[in-house]
Amino acid sequence: MSKPPAPLRLAVVATAALCLAATAQAADKVKIGLLSTLSGPGAGLGVDIRDAFQLAVKQNGGKLGGLPAELIVADDQQSPDAAKQTADRMVKRDKVDFMTGIVFSNVMLAVGQPVFQSKTFYISANAGPSQLAGAQCNPYFFSASYQNDNQHEAAGQTAQDKGARKVALLAPNYPAGKDALAGFKRYFKGEVALEMYTPLSQLDYGAELSKMRASGADAVYIFLPGGLGVNFIKQFVGTGLSKDMTLYGPGFSADEDVIRAVGEPMLGMFNTSQWAHDLDNAANKRFVADFQKEYGRLPTLYASQGYDAARLIDAAVRDVKGNLADKQGLRRALKAAKFDSVRGPFRFGPNQFPIQDYYLRVITKDSQGRITNRTVAPIFKNHGDAYASECKMPA
Amino acid sequence: MTSLLDHRLRPAVAVPLLVLLALVPTIAGALGEDFYVGVASRVLVFALAAASLNLVLGFGGMVSFGHAAFVGVGAYTVGILMQEAGTTSAWVAWPLAFVAGGLFACVVGLVSLRTQGVYFIMITLAFAQMLYYLMVSLKAYGGEDGLPLPARSQVGLGIDLADDAHFYYVVLAVFALVFLALWRLLNARFGHALQGIRENETRMEAIGFPVYRYKLAAFTLAGAIAALAGALLANQGSFVSPAMLQWSQSGMLLVMVILGGVGHLYGPLAGAALFLLLEEVLVAYTIHWQFGLGAVLLAVVLLAPNGLLSLARRKGAAA
Amino acid sequence: MTGILVLEQALNGLQFGLMLFLLAAGLTLVFGIMDMINLAHGSLYMVGAYLIATCAAASGSFWIGLAAGIAATAVIGVLLEVTVLRRLYQRDHLSQVLGTFAILLMANEAVRMVWGSQPVPLNPPASLAGPVELLPGFSYPAYRLFIIGVGLAVALLLYLLVTRTRVGMQVRAGASNREMALAMGANVRGLFTALFALGAALCAVAGGMLGPLLAVQVGMGESILILAFVVIVIGGIGSIRGALLGALLVGVVDTAGRTLVPMLFGRLMGPEAASSAGPAVASILIYVLMAAVLFWKPKGLFPTH
Repeated sequence: MSKPPAPLRLAVVATAALCLAATAQAADKVKIGLLSTLSGPGAGLGVDIRDAFQLAVKQNGGKLGGLPAELIVADDQQSPDAAKQTADRMVKRDKVDFMTGIVFSNVMLAVGQPVFQSKTFYISANAGPSQLAGAQCNPYFFSASYQNDNQHEAAGQTAQDKGARKVALLAPNYPAGKDALAGFKRYFKGEVALEMYTPLSQLDYGAELSKMRASGADAVYIFLPGGLGVNFIKQFVGTGLSKDMTLYGPGFSADEDVIRAVGEPMLGMFNTSQWAHDLDNAANKRFVADFQKEYGRLPTLYASQGYDAARLIDAAVRDVKGNLADKQGLRRALKAAKFDSVRGPFRFGPNQFPIQDYYLRVITKDSQGRITNRTVAPIFKNHGDAYASECKMPA
Repeated sequence: MTSLLDHRLRPAVAVPLLVLLALVPTIAGALGEDFYVGVASRVLVFALAAASLNLVLGFGGMVSFGHAAFVGVGAYTVGILMQEAGTTSAWVAWPLAFVAGGLFACVVGLVSLRTQGVYFIMITLAFAQMLYYLMVSLKAYGGEDGLPLPARSQVGLGIDLADDAHFYYVVLAVFALVFLALWRLLNARFGHALQGIRENETRMEAIGFPVYRYKLAAFTLAGAIAALAGALLANQGSFVSPAMLQWSQSGMLLVMVILGGVGHLYGPLAGAALFLLLEEVLVAYTIHWQFGLGAVLLAVVLLAPNGLLSLARRKGAAA
Repeated sequence: MTGILVLEQALNGLQFGLMLFLLAAGLTLVFGIMDMINLAHGSLYMVGAYLIATCAAASGSFWIGLAAGIAATAVIGVLLEVTVLRRLYQRDHLSQVLGTFAILLMANEAVRMVWGSQPVPLNPPASLAGPVELLPGFSYPAYRLFIIGVGLAVALLLYLLVTRTRVGMQVRAGASNREMALAMGANVRGLFTALFALGAALCAVAGGMLGPLLAVQVGMGESILILAFVVIVIGGIGSIRGALLGALLVGVVDTAGRTLVPMLFGRLMGPEAASSAGPAVASILIYVLMAAVLFWKPKGLFPTH
């Protein structure tokens, strides 16, 4: 082999890194650890987050906050075990300055410990578990996306407004699934005929569909992200239940990735989200156009969150003038969130989760004949989360 | 007088190896690569688990496909004690893990050792799967999402396990002690009888050895040692999850044993080191590192069926 | 109400069991005749599903994709047997376990290298995507009925093959007494290769059937592989009849477990706890079933020797 042996090269790089770390001035680059789900049924979500994050960096000329950005991308395999080890590696060996990317909340809760202990900032591009919004809130965690309950709260309100009387609920059995149904029930005042949780790995919903049929519900609410949602909706249509029951879902189960896989049967489905690609502001128009040009597809809400996470980091690093060692300053800059979000005005609550608007969307054919979401109306304005009061974090 | 069934400690190899292992934190610190101390700890923990499997597989001839279950028992003992009883002392938790592993292995062994061949493999696998699904179902201990440990166990005596270097020394000490104990055991009557059973069970039975009891004893001890490795593993990652119990993990342990050399004293250490270093080094270059691992494993199975160390033995030994 | 639930679950269990049978049949033949534990069997299922998905997408037709994929997988099975697996027949079980485990790892990564880490979409044909009204007020997915049909047809074909043809006779002879069969002049090499190709084709059929219901992704073969091993141990190694009965038993226990147990537990604990305990208990039940069968009949339900 012509290359010098790995330990020697590591030694050289490490020595150089040590020298650089010793200075308290502006660092010469900002390292981001992007750990996301890039394989399995949830892969589409992680890929969108990664692609949008990279787009933001590219639009900035390969920089974030004026410093050259080095993005270290890794696959968490949707396994809390594997993710924890990879996060450990990113924080201890690669010494990243920021971490982001995780899609699933169970993975997020496992990864939290090594990241927060090492005083590395985590900017969430998706997962927003209730634990981290409430009692276990941490100054190093910022959610650039939402709190898990939010979209489901909006959906509960929608189901209530549209007159659903008896609802069957289905979500995967993990922290975000529980947050989801808790959020839905907080705003839906009708009868819950059935509340079911399935393993995250389960793709065949035959048993659950039988029980739904037997329950006599007139509406079904699902939280099944990515490939799970695709499978459920196809099977739901296959059993013929779609004729008797209205299907409601959060934006997660009704975005571009699911629409691409399922297609026509989804027309007319109501769903809720804090973002849609037809939101009318300059940042969003630019984002959607550039994303389409770069990747040849419409972005999902996951992409919008990844994009915003990158721009939040960009604004914060610029604010501290590249002095990444100044953790207090970075935190203040992050809290200030002085960037143009694709959602419009963006601000954090006291627990570092967003306070934002949530919209009702419906799946229709647009002017170009594509099947996609159309924003109907806002459901909540300036909506925070239900756990902020439980968070006792130093300001 | 040494016999073919003996396994020499080879101080010429053992002492420099021990010294080198003891110097790992110092070397890593000098290079600024403290992360690799954690990697080295993992290698030793898995070497311990592989050594326990080698006891039943290499020396006892029992193909156990559920060994990861014993590792899981040890890991969950530490985790559950910490959550339910607030037990943080290693002096309490780790011996309890050892005992729990031994008890579980005894139960599994009582049932499985009555069977032979592929049925033995399937029954050991079945027990491991049952334990896996049990832990997945217990949401109180995290279920499929796993159980994070608030902190590592405490040893006292001025040693802080939260420090990676201290943790490494403790793991090294445990490994060395168990290794020495296994060496003594293998060269004693028990070890000779076990290997005799591996060679020809019927003959040993005919001579008058209580074969079933020897196999059960070896199986129980192996389970206990694997559980101790599990306790250390839980501490290493500060995390316990049912993923540790999956059958693919049992497969990985088998891979480590065969890579290093089935039935060789130093085999498990070589195998675990090779396996984990392959993972660590290759993963930086390609996410397809398991292809390389599979290729190496297949080559070993086809060309050097007794593992890499057997190649060395072939060169040096007489006919 | 409850009657329809039971009927629907029975059909689901039948569907799952028949697919499991497709995998178990190939596995039991290889194990019974060649005395080889093949952990790479699940990889053939995965490769089959991927090939069918790719061919279906390329040709625009599910049926063409199915036919092409099955043929291609049989070819891959033959290649695998001739190059690597042949060398493992004479070896001990441990070597076979490790050798085929190595192939499993390599197959996973090879698929990831060719198709990437994201799952590949595979949709049922449009004609089968809707429901069929079996009883007034009860519709069942047409596609699942199709799967049941295919499973029953394959079972019938295998039965005819094993009982009515010369090849089948040699297979049965080999399963009950390998040495005698060889002494009597069975063409060993050719027979083994043909058996392997058949097993691979069966795996591909199962992969193509289940792909639209589940997901065509890396590692999809692993969970079903373990179940297939449980099935053949229950049924008796080397017996196709045993594989069918074992597969149906496991399919029914699994489906019933996943519906009934959460219902029972739901009365005792909350929906969340019941939902985690339910599927886990159902899975544990399958292993308990295997242990019970082995206790009562140590060589399985239909031992071949």
